Formats: sequence, C-alpha cells, structure tokens
Amino acid sequence: MAATDVDLSAALMLTPVPAADWLVVLPVALPLLAGAVLTMLRKSVRLQAAFAIPVLALLVLLDGLLLFRVLENGPVTMVMGRWLPPFGIAFTADLAGTLFALAASVVALAGAVHALADIGDGGRRYGFYPFLLLLVAGVTGAFLTGDIFNLYVWFEVLLISSFGLIVLGSEARQIDGAIKYAFLNLVATTLFLIATGYLYGLFGTLNMADIAVKAAERRADLPTMTLAALYLLAFAMKAAAFPVHFWLPASYHTPRVTVSALFAGLLTKVGVYALLRTLVMLFPVEREELSFVIALVGAATMLTGALGALGQSDIRRLLGYTVISGIGVMLAGLALGSPGGIGGAIFYALHSMVVMTALYMAAGLAGRLAGTFDLNRLGGLHARSALFSGLALVLFFAVSGLPPFSGFWPKVMVTKAALDIGAWWLAGAILLSGFLTTIAFARVFLLAFWRPAGQDLPAAAMPAASLVPLAVLTGLAVLFGLFPQALLATVQAAAQGLADPAAYIRSVFPGVT
Amino acid sequence: MELLFVLLVGVFFSAAFYLMLSKALVRMLIGTVLFGNAVNLLIFASGRVLREVPPIIPPGRDVPATLTANPLPQALILTAIVISFSFFAFLLVLVYRAYQDLGTDVANEMRVAEPENEPAPPAGY
Repeated sequence: MAATDVDLSAALMLTPVPAADWLVVLPVALPLLAGAVLTMLRKSVRLQAAFAIPVLALLVLLDGLLLFRVLENGPVTMVMGRWLPPFGIAFTADLAGTLFALAASVVALAGAVHALADIGDGGRRYGFYPFLLLLVAGVTGAFLTGDIFNLYVWFEVLLISSFGLIVLGSEARQIDGAIKYAFLNLVATTLFLIATGYLYGLFGTLNMADIAVKAAERRADLPTMTLAALYLLAFAMKAAAFPVHFWLPASYHTPRVTVSALFAGLLTKVGVYALLRTLVMLFPVEREELSFVIALVGAATMLTGALGALGQSDIRRLLGYTVISGIGVMLAGLALGSPGGIGGAIFYALHSMVVMTALYMAAGLAGRLAGTFDLNRLGGLHARSALFSGLALVLFFAVSGLPPFSGFWPKVMVTKAALDIGAWWLAGAILLSGFLTTIAFARVFLLAFWRPAGQDLPAAAMPAASLVPLAVLTGLAVLFGLFPQALLATVQAAAQGLADPAAYIRSVFPGVT
Repeated sequence: MELLFVLLVGVFFSAAFYLMLSKALVRMLIGTVLFGNAVNLLIFASGRVLREVPPIIPPGRDVPATLTANPLPQALILTAIVISFSFFAFLLVLVYRAYQDLGTDVANEMRVAEPENEPAPPAGY
C-alpha cells in the first residue's frame, strides 16, 4: 500500500457513521442474523419460537424508533462500506418506507405468535421460523433500501423465503399451488431485472436519489417511458393486479393458514410499495402519461377481485380474491397521483396489511372450530363463540370499507381524489367493488356465523395463541378507524415525500442543494 | 459488437418465451433458465462491449486512457447468476416433486389446488 497520497475524500466518507444512523440497517440486519442463527438451531424445536418472537418484538421497537426519527428529522441515509453515494449501496429510510416497514414488523410478530397454535413441531423442524425471519428481512430491506439493484436482491430474498414457507407441509395441493406461485413470481422479478438492466445502461447509476435527479435532467432524450412501463408490468405482477394476478388465487389458499396470513399481509404490498417508489418518485412524468392505463387496470383489478370473491365457496379462496380487490384501490390511488390519491394508496396498503392478515387468521380459526372451510358446510360459529364472531364482524366491516373501521378512510381519500379530477367512473368502481365486497362478507357472516350448525361442531379448543394476535390486529383496525387523524397526516406527509423527493435527495447527497 | 449481442439477446428472449408458453413443466423450466441468461446478457451489453481493454487507470491520471467497458454490470450479473441458479435448483426439485405427487408434468392437469366444477356457494340461507 504505497500509494497513500490518494485523496480518499472524493470516494469515501472519512468520518465514522453516527451511532444513530445504524438504526437504518438494524431492522434488516437483526432478522437476517436471527434467521441465520435459527437455521443453525433447526434441530432444537423448542428454541425456535422462544427465540423468534422476542426478535420480532425487538424489530417492531426498532422500526418504531426509526419512524420517530424520520418523523422528526426527515429521511435518514446510511451507505454501506462508507462509500460516498452513488458509489456504495445506500439505505435510505423515508416516511413511506418506514411506515410500510413498521406495519410489516407488526404483521410478522402477529404471525409468529399465531404460528404457536398453527405450526406444529414438524413445521418448526422444517424451518418455519428461520424462513419467517428471512422473509421479514427481505421485506424490510425492500422498504428501506435506496438502491434499485439492491431492491431486486431483497425481492429475491423474500421470494426464496416465501418458496420455503409455501411448501411447508408438502401436501399435493401445496406443491400444485407452489408451482404456479414460483414460476409466475420468478418471471415477474426477472422482468424487474430487465428494467433495471436498461436503467443502468441509460443512467449509469443505481442509486434511487441519483436516478431521480438524472431522470429529471435527461428525461427528454432518454426512453424513460419504456422503463416506467416495464416497472409497471413487473411490479403489477408482484402486486397481483389484473390481468397478471392469476398466481395469487391459485396459491394463497394452499399453505398453512399462518403462512397465507403472512403472505396476504406482506408480499403483494411490497409490489405496491415498489410501484409507488419507482413511478411516483423516479418517473413522475411517465406515471402521469400512464395514469389512464393504471386507472383502468386498478378498476379492473378491484372489480375482478370483488366478483371473484362472490363466486367462491372456500373462505380462504374468497380472501385471496379480496386481497386482489384491495390492490385495485391502491392502484387507483397511484393512478390519481394527487397527495390524496398517493396518501390514500399508502393508508390502504397499511390497512390491508393488518386486516388481510387478521382475516386469514379468522378463517383459520373458523376452519379449526367448524372442521371445514366450505361455505356450504360452515355454520354455528356465533353460537360457538360470540367473541370470535364479534371480532370477525369488525374485520368484515373493515375490509368492506365501512365506517367506523380502518378501511373507510383510505377509500374516502381515494374516492374524493377521483371525484376532484372528475374521474367519476373510477370513484364508481371503488364504491361498486366495496358494495360487492360487503355482499360477499355479509354472506360469509350469515352462513358461517349465524346459520345454525348442520352437524355437531368438532370439540376443538380456541387457542389463545391464535385469538390474541387476531384480537390485537382487529384492535388496530378499530383504533385507526376511530382515531385516523394522526395516521392521515402521516400518510399525506409520506405521499408528499414521494412526490417531491427533495428531502430524500438531500439526505443521500448532503452537499448538493 | 453490441449489435451482435442485441441479436443474441433477442434470440434468447424469443426461445425463452416460446418455451415458457408450453404446458409441459420441463420446457417451462428450460424456458426460465434461458430467460435468466437472456437478462444477464442484456445487462452485460448495457455496460458496453469492448475487447481487450482492461478498465485500469494508469498512474498519474484520473480517468482511463482509452474507452473501456464498465465493469459494474459484470458484478450485477454475478449476483443475478447466483440468484437465478439457486431458483433453478429449487424449481427443479419442486417440478420433480410435483411429477411424483401429482402424477403429471402438464400444467393444465394440475387441478388439485383449484378443482374444476367446484360447488358454488349457497344462494340462500
């Protein structure tokens, strides 16, 4: 090392990273490390849950702290290896990403507790908890990274962990679902990689803040529209938007209920987040051009989802279609592009993460109590447990978008944003899909809960480990339905931060004004 | 040189799409492998293809003396190769297991998770 006279300050950060900035990577590093430790401890079945649940509780705490810090100081950036951006991989936590990460950690914690009752020793020995922690690491990494190729890597991390989870149990129907899930999701992430390859060829950078700056300067003479369209297709496929949604209803009802609940809460929302990040922050002009297409796709997605839900007799498949219907509302918000639209999309995504997870847990409990998931045979659940019936009714109201629960406010925001620009047909589609969803869930309540049981219910106990997370998630839906002000203000600030990334860019490049 | 690569990538993509549209899982599997390799070649071309010029900066200069290819895409491809290889390994095992358990390797005949003629939900109370 003779050439020490090289000026390193042009490429490296010479001051050590402030201790508080480590908070940006901790939510990713913690589950990744814990997942590795649990993989090594795979044989000690007793230790798995005892280790994973405290780790996920700590993760919720870390994400909460990060959210407070971002709320106070604006976006926080940390670069790997102290390389100055855009050379190193940057992790940038802004309000939108941190909100998604916090909701994901809450959902993951609820899933880890629910697994105590649902995943037996066999599933734990197979590696449920390591896969869960690695899935959470992938999801959180996707929400917090500030580098588009790194986003691809986190997508693959969460995808390979979800492959492990979906075949947990190795039944024939799981293998069948997994085949469709695996092939179609692999194609979607490869499309994402194609777009990223083109993007690097055009801009010569992968740092998102850098791309946002360069896209604004050089939009006129580069084919950025192609990039935006490719990202739209790739992430719409990940988010299960019409007409590339077929992998979801083919697979989401096949794994264990806890796994379905985690997938419904975490996976499609990563696609929505990536759509918001690329189309709103990096390619806003192109999003404006594509807005009619996105709005049509959104309307078709929510209507196919709601109509599909009406036609199912298996309640888990019904929920799969409901996930799709919710994605349509988020796409409608993305298409509108106004602060109300984007804010509504973010709010709806957070609501959907919590409520869809809780609904799958409720479906699991219904299946356990009645011994079937078939609407033709379900019955007598209200007589069996009034508490469970009440929780389910709250969730049914929340998912249909009825007040006073959490699904109501984002739908109001998106519908109002649609009416503000005169897109009455989009507002009508949102209301119609809400109406159809209400019918679907009213029928579930009528048949599964109110109808007297056809035969004697099996004497299954109602384990606390599945009732507690269900009740906590339902409590969140009630809380944010009754007191939405704080969250409404926060999602609007998050939408503002995406639409005008000046603060984001300043956090990555502190010297540049 | 880039033109040659572009044509090659096009051939790879068309072969990959043709195979992935097949109903037989083994063909779909080969299609996804070709698809991944097509993307790798595409990223390689995006770093520009130049022969025999290492991207090394001679002493006393801040930029390379001649035009060189960008080495970063090769690092990206390395990541992508590792990922697509592990996915291929998983899919291979999954498809073989599906063939054993479901007794078919034709996508249309895999109806265990979504049975045909499923009963409709009850129309009345």
